[in-house]
Amino acid sequence: MPDVIKEYFRPGSLPHMWCPGCGTGIVLQSFLRAIHHLGYRRDDVAVVGGIGCSARAVSYIDFNTVHTTHGRALAFATGIKLAKPDLQVFVIMGDGDAAAIGGNHLIHSARRNIDLNVLVINNSVYGMTGGQCSPLTPTGSRTATSPYGSLERQLNIVNLVAAAGGTFVARSTAYHAKLTGELIEQGVANKGFSFIEVISQCPTGFGRKNGPSDPAAMLQWQKDKAVMAEKYGKLPEEEAKGKFPIGVLFRDEAPDYTDIYLGMSSRAGRGKESGGKDND
Amino acid sequence: MASVMQMARLMQGNEAVAEAAIAAGVNFYAGYPITPSTEIAEFMARKLPLTGGVFIQMEDEISSMAAIIGASLTGAKAITATSGPGFSLMQENIGYAVMAEVPCVIINVMRLGPSTGMPTAPGQGDVMQARWGTHGDHPVIALCPSSVTESYELTVRAVNLAERFRTPVILLLDEVVAHLRERIILPAQEDIKLINRVKPAGNDSSYLPYRPIDNGIPPMSDIGGGYRHNVTGLVHDERGIPSNDPGVAGALISRLMTKVADYTGEIYMSDGYLLEDAEIAVVAYGAVARSARRAVKEARQDQIAAGLWRPVSLWPFPGKEIEELSRRVRCIIVAEMNSGQMAGEVERHAGGRCPVVSLAKVNGELIAPGEIHRRIREVYTGA
Repeated sequence: MPDVIKEYFRPGSLPHMWCPGCGTGIVLQSFLRAIHHLGYRRDDVAVVGGIGCSARAVSYIDFNTVHTTHGRALAFATGIKLAKPDLQVFVIMGDGDAAAIGGNHLIHSARRNIDLNVLVINNSVYGMTGGQCSPLTPTGSRTATSPYGSLERQLNIVNLVAAAGGTFVARSTAYHAKLTGELIEQGVANKGFSFIEVISQCPTGFGRKNGPSDPAAMLQWQKDKAVMAEKYGKLPEEEAKGKFPIGVLFRDEAPDYTDIYLGMSSRAGRGKESGGKDND
Repeated sequence: MASVMQMARLMQGNEAVAEAAIAAGVNFYAGYPITPSTEIAEFMARKLPLTGGVFIQMEDEISSMAAIIGASLTGAKAITATSGPGFSLMQENIGYAVMAEVPCVIINVMRLGPSTGMPTAPGQGDVMQARWGTHGDHPVIALCPSSVTESYELTVRAVNLAERFRTPVILLLDEVVAHLRERIILPAQEDIKLINRVKPAGNDSSYLPYRPIDNGIPPMSDIGGGYRHNVTGLVHDERGIPSNDPGVAGALISRLMTKVADYTGEIYMSDGYLLEDAEIAVVAYGAVARSARRAVKEARQDQIAAGLWRPVSLWPFPGKEIEELSRRVRCIIVAEMNSGQMAGEVERHAGGRCPVVSLAKVNGELIAPGEIHRRIREVYTGA
């Protein structure tokens, strides 16, 4: 790890708790490189996490960090952002955290288009509890709670966020570490709800049961299956099969909720001062 | 200076709570509509934008609780209001606020439960949920008004206590008090004493976010205030860093308990009526205390020496006063709109020194003065 990135870890926070071969550390490094490149003062940055392997990242890094309850990181972040709009607020969640228990907050945060920068590290399972299936587990995969193969359909989380109203929706993988950082920076430039799914590997909880279990092979799979969105859109159906697009997947223009609220508040306040009826 | 007439209003309990919240410096509200608390949200939706504060209607009560914690972490005074079903949904994050020591106020307007129960009917069935609703050992402060004026006063006090003790404070109204309209004389803003959380001094290199100072409470640094640290619901050390060390865990949980238990003198509140020579003491809180007061008065007309003791801080419970009462009265009657939740607490403090009789009602109706009067007579005559 380069020294410049090491500096973003709290003294004494390493070694981390992730298994050998886990992708979360790679994604976290992409995140820290992006923040470093953006040049923010650490005091002006809040990083909010839910519960799970991915979310545990927030306790290690030297920002204003809030390690919240399972699934609720976005709701905590909404309170933080609205109460102090000048903060740059990032949210780090896992797939179970964001898509299952936190699914409702994901929909409504996207719908408000509140200016949060969200990173969902999707390793296909609940890692912290030992590799159970999540809404993002590929159908048919064996996990600790789907020993005969998962029966449920996999949620397309990027489509969900785009449909709900997110204005920057992107995907990357742990392998595409440079792209992840670039997407984070583009997401920050979008004043509104910015969402990045990063497909990562859990050799312990997913790889061992479904193969390959070798972390390098899992990263190779990410490299082979991920196709940049522009190229993916032009692939013939046969070739697109089993592959997935990465890069910016969806963009929209919409006002950020924080701005809308402050505008309303200032108009309402002026109305009161100019003798508008305060109906109490 | 405004005259009494200018400051006098006819107001319902819910409105008084909302008015008081603004006067207490509340500048953030997140909530979800639910009967019979909704007027509080509606009032805050009108008022907060005018005062530069934030109102947001969240997608549920879980996120409402989360949002007020987030806001409070940035330095805001943040509250939410709800009723039974929503209060149940808030419990996990209330525990988070206890563990992470985040000041906030939860107003729970009690209706008949369990479950959806009777949404428009009063109940007092949440007093034990207020005490033990979130999992694990934890302190709690819960206040219970029985009039519109007191709803105002206790809302200010709840916000102050949350700031003083860095902990969630619960205000338990019942539907009767919440919707009761009474005359209230609003205090002038300059007469309202506000308490603000203690913050660390600037540039204190020795500051640790979870190390208490001599008031028993760790000073609280706002997010963005320059003392970057970690906030977590996990057991954590004085830096806020998660720990699995049993020593750290034991010290943290006991400190969370004692930071309230050591200062109960600042929290306890109760009220007595004709207790000095009472042979029979009625214990009641919230709207039921109004009926009890009338019943006591009527019993006195029958030459029965009855009195009323009304806990205002339900948690921590001023049990010492019950202990003292139990030494000099013949009997204690506990009247409440639940199956005897506080009667058990009273019995515990009475310690067998006098009988404790439970007058419990769980049909969505307020206990009437006549019902309490009748029970006083029965107890008096030994029937």
